[in-house]
Amino acid sequence: MWEYSEIVKEHFLHPKNVGEMKDPTCVGEVGSIACGDALKLFLKIEEGIIKDATFQTFGCASAIASSSALTELVKGKTVDEALKISNKNIATALGGLPKEKMHCSVMGQEALEAAIKQWRGEDVGNVEHSEGEIVCECFGVTDHQILEAVRENDLKTVEDVTYYTKAGGGCAKCHEKIAALIAQARGEAKPKTEEKPAKKLTNVQRMRMIEDVLETEIRPRLQLDGGDVELVDIDGVTVSVAMRGHCVGCPASQATVQGTVERILRDKVDPEITVREA
Amino acid sequence: MSEKVVYLDNNATTRVAPEVLDVMLPFFSERYGNPSSMHSFGGAVGREMREARQALADLLGCESDEIIFTSCGTESDNTAIRSALAAQPEKRHIVTTRVEHPAVLSLCKFLERSQGYRVTYLGVDAEGRLDLKEFEDSLTSDTAIVSIMWANNETGVIFPIPEIARIAHKHGVMMHTDAVQAVGKVDINLRELDVDMLSLSGHKLHAPKGVGALYVRRKLPYRPYLIGGHQEHGRRAGTEATTSIIALGEAARQARAHMADENTRVRALRDKLENGLLAAVPDSRLNGHKIERLPNTANISFKYVEGEAILLLLDQLGIAASSGSACTSGSLEPSHVLRAMGVPFTYAHGSIRFSLSRYTTEAEIDYVVENLPPIIENLRKISPYKRGEADPVDPRKPACSC
Repeated sequence: MWEYSEIVKEHFLHPKNVGEMKDPTCVGEVGSIACGDALKLFLKIEEGIIKDATFQTFGCASAIASSSALTELVKGKTVDEALKISNKNIATALGGLPKEKMHCSVMGQEALEAAIKQWRGEDVGNVEHSEGEIVCECFGVTDHQILEAVRENDLKTVEDVTYYTKAGGGCAKCHEKIAALIAQARGEAKPKTEEKPAKKLTNVQRMRMIEDVLETEIRPRLQLDGGDVELVDIDGVTVSVAMRGHCVGCPASQATVQGTVERILRDKVDPEITVREA
Repeated sequence: MSEKVVYLDNNATTRVAPEVLDVMLPFFSERYGNPSSMHSFGGAVGREMREARQALADLLGCESDEIIFTSCGTESDNTAIRSALAAQPEKRHIVTTRVEHPAVLSLCKFLERSQGYRVTYLGVDAEGRLDLKEFEDSLTSDTAIVSIMWANNETGVIFPIPEIARIAHKHGVMMHTDAVQAVGKVDINLRELDVDMLSLSGHKLHAPKGVGALYVRRKLPYRPYLIGGHQEHGRRAGTEATTSIIALGEAARQARAHMADENTRVRALRDKLENGLLAAVPDSRLNGHKIERLPNTANISFKYVEGEAILLLLDQLGIAASSGSACTSGSLEPSHVLRAMGVPFTYAHGSIRFSLSRYTTEAEIDYVVENLPPIIENLRKISPYKRGEADPVDPRKPACSC
């Protein structure tokens, strides 16, 4: 059971400003039903001041409470003041949120940003993903969102990023990218990729390296998704593999062979490698 | 919060039956002897433990020396699967399902990842049932063990274990079943079945937490998990949890006596709850096969609303249930069981599991049927998704399809 603050409980049991607004100046919409929570924020803005705010939310208690608190926070503020509201401000207004639930406050902040963007006439059609490219495909989270969450909340680990943005909470394929983004946002150098061998490899060297990379890098990654790969044969630069576990019969297995196995082997061992399924 | 608790979460755990508590109490205090001792003070406890073992054997239709007491269902599952692998080191393949309890599923994933076993995870259809043809095709000469649950904890769907065990034996493969949810609710007669090992847990059948059992068929090659003293004939070392074991024996007696009640009165209450809610709430659906199911379990999804929010509002009314929604688990994805069944996300996040027991009353069911529909209605008022609109599927988000 979650330990919610009394303020969260109050906002959840008696949410403020619920419902669709008749003629809003702008609307901010984030999340989706597939992801488990979604927020639609309606604002009425007159002369640069937010006169009214209402919401509709699909989600858990903390999502509903975050939305309710957000509407209370923005009412009466100028647009510029409202834009300064961070997810932290929302969480603080709620007397704190369990860290696993911080993404609810982030959702509130994003909906506010989206609504104000619409009001300013920026990128109305696709506000949510207007910036950056998607890193987490499961939950549709962009690098921009991750960088912002890391900077705003001083996040240090992939797990933290998942709690705040949901990124990485599904298939876990993007964990490496998230780690790189954390390093980038924190001003640390990206983890160095190993130096590629400069001179031509002998067959024996290449085979050893292929085995090593498969074992230490590729298999653990596939195993995270319940899949696996087995080395069948190496003939010069042609590598034959067999897919195992969940990869068997998975429609994406061809993409895994080309996209993951081949890409990593080319990157780490020899750019001329081709991988085929045995 | 109101005073009384309407407890409809019996697949999570059950109350200790008053008869069971009565029987176990003396073994906490004056009857603390060790059954392995030579003196009659300890020996008398050993005698009570033998009776408990016999009572459990009677419930399962097996011999008392085929029962090994353990600390929980998870220990039983782990012991069974690891024993099968250790006894047949040349075999490297495991067959299980995608809807198992983590006690089996996580272990199989671990064995696959870190010890190189090949694991087949059988899928289920939209109603949660296995394809027996697919199952039979998955068996090879390399298969060390089949581990398939008897009844699913989330949906209550019952797998045809007698048939599954027969197929496994036809191919010479060892068969284990996690029967934690089935024991006491489903008639089990192991003498007539090809099941080799069966796991059960005390606290799911009105015994206390911290005790379980593993049935191991006579003459089955077996390798112990805990090694130490001679307890349980060397099959599970460690001083016996006498109090809990004696409690489990009494719980088994009670379960036998109430089996008919579970399948008539409790089933009727469950049906009343289920039919009442499905009729009162539009856009709701039952998860799991209507017939091939435990008599006490109902898993119902309410579209457009989220499970945790429903549970907390029920909690305000003193109603205890559980949900397969992502938010309740702290993971971000809804239940692996509902996903394996292909329950649409629009429904999966709003799933609620009610699990009854022999202590459930009709008044409690009426109370839930009366109070849940307004909760759903209120949450739907807050929700941006509405009935009649096209399903809100965002093409940019293949969300959670992995």
